[in-house]
Amino acid sequence: MSGPSAEWDAALAEGRFLLQRPVGGSGAVFPPRAFAPGTGAELEWFEASGLGTVYSATWIQRKPPEPPYNVVLVDLAEGARMMGCVEGVTPETLHIGMAVKARIVAEETPMIVFDPVEQADG
Amino acid sequence: MGDMFPRGRVSVAGASTFGVGEMPGHSTIEMAGKAVQLALADAAINLSEVDGLFIALPDDLFAGLSLAQYLGLHPRFTDNNRAGGASFMSHLVTACMMLDAGYLDCAVIAYGANQRSSGGKLSTPARPDRWDAPYNPMYPLSFYALAAARHMHQYGTTREELASVAVAARLWANTNPEAFAKGPLTIEDVIASRLISSPIRARDCCLVTDGAAALVLTRTDRAKDGPQPLVPVLGAAAATWYNSVTQADDITVTAAAESGPRAMAMAGLTPGQIDTVQLYDAFTINTILFLEDLGFCAKGEGGKFVASGAISPGGSLAVNTNGGGLSCCHPGMYGMFAMVEAVRQMRGTAANQIAGAKTGLAHGNGGTLSAQATVIFGNAETV
Repeated sequence: MSGPSAEWDAALAEGRFLLQRPVGGSGAVFPPRAFAPGTGAELEWFEASGLGTVYSATWIQRKPPEPPYNVVLVDLAEGARMMGCVEGVTPETLHIGMAVKARIVAEETPMIVFDPVEQADG
Repeated sequence: MGDMFPRGRVSVAGASTFGVGEMPGHSTIEMAGKAVQLALADAAINLSEVDGLFIALPDDLFAGLSLAQYLGLHPRFTDNNRAGGASFMSHLVTACMMLDAGYLDCAVIAYGANQRSSGGKLSTPARPDRWDAPYNPMYPLSFYALAAARHMHQYGTTREELASVAVAARLWANTNPEAFAKGPLTIEDVIASRLISSPIRARDCCLVTDGAAALVLTRTDRAKDGPQPLVPVLGAAAATWYNSVTQADDITVTAAAESGPRAMAMAGLTPGQIDTVQLYDAFTINTILFLEDLGFCAKGEGGKFVASGAISPGGSLAVNTNGGGLSCCHPGMYGMFAMVEAVRQMRGTAANQIAGAKTGLAHGNGGTLSAQATVIFGNAETV
């Protein structure tokens, strides 16, 4: 039987972005645990909406002509925070508070990236 | 219960630095060993009397064993606690408890690194964890950049305010013969320096130097008879909240908000009663975060506080009086150097001595703003 990290990896490879929460409870736990941090409560998996908000962002500079790339922290709608990157943005357009949605990139090792979400009001 | 601390019952009997700046041709254990020799000479204590060794080295996971071998000792206890740059303040907590309990009679805390001579880049065995690593953050720089960006967003902290931390550090360094980086540095220089991981620029970053340092600790009744002015340990607390700062509830609040108040409660002091403050300034944002979290200014006010000139020479609060990691030295892990400067201030022998200073705080930071440890030293009048 695999541990929670391997279970998360396997789901991601199938195109599913999973989070955990206490059984019958609310909130979200990430990175995956064998039990709820701080309480030890039993956890269950659920599928994340993928929606989130940029909590902080940095642009890492590279030797020109290589463009800088961003690393962000995303507050997921369900409650957990994770590191990520936002695609299709520039230092001028990426901002803290930006609404984003997760997308799974199927590379050799699948990973989650984020895209900006068009805001209804803006 | 918890947080029982032997206030004033353990003291610094000896202190040293060695090879601060550039010391080519030395291994890390040679650097640390030399610092131990100098600290013992400073305390007039024989090597054979040392029975506890506390050390972390950048390149040796078994450094406690290596130091015992290098010194030719069979210590009763070795402690290789690795909480990054806060390791040494954590070592001091353990050493004080063991000395006061009578388990140990003479403890040495040591560090040595040759980061400048061995390549000129920060060398650390630490890496981003598997959840952060796919996004290729610079370790540890980008993690501090994320904290700085959020602090600017949340409180309106400005680029100029961050830069003023580096300028203040340089002003202190300019009158410290031991400091590695000297010369004029303006806010404009900092802001014009190379962008690395926004908003952090080259002059927001600590130095990469060589350097070693050591402290010798004994019970105060013995240290009183030693050759040096008495420097008792009044309080010491370590706080660990996570490893990756990604997991912070609020990335603008560090565990210093816990370690500081706990250490001050042990010492029976409030922030207004601390005369000298040595903070682990790996990046300019650190100084702002720790001034806030330790209670020297309100949360969110750190930028304005540093930009007012409060922490520059002649300001209202003596912060990083040696020039700090930004301009004095930063050999990979800075914690020991903050403590040695605090001790020098208590002895009255610092290069930039603060007249009448009776209390000195040294604060260590480890990981990516993850582990924090605060030590408060006093002088003979405080016990």
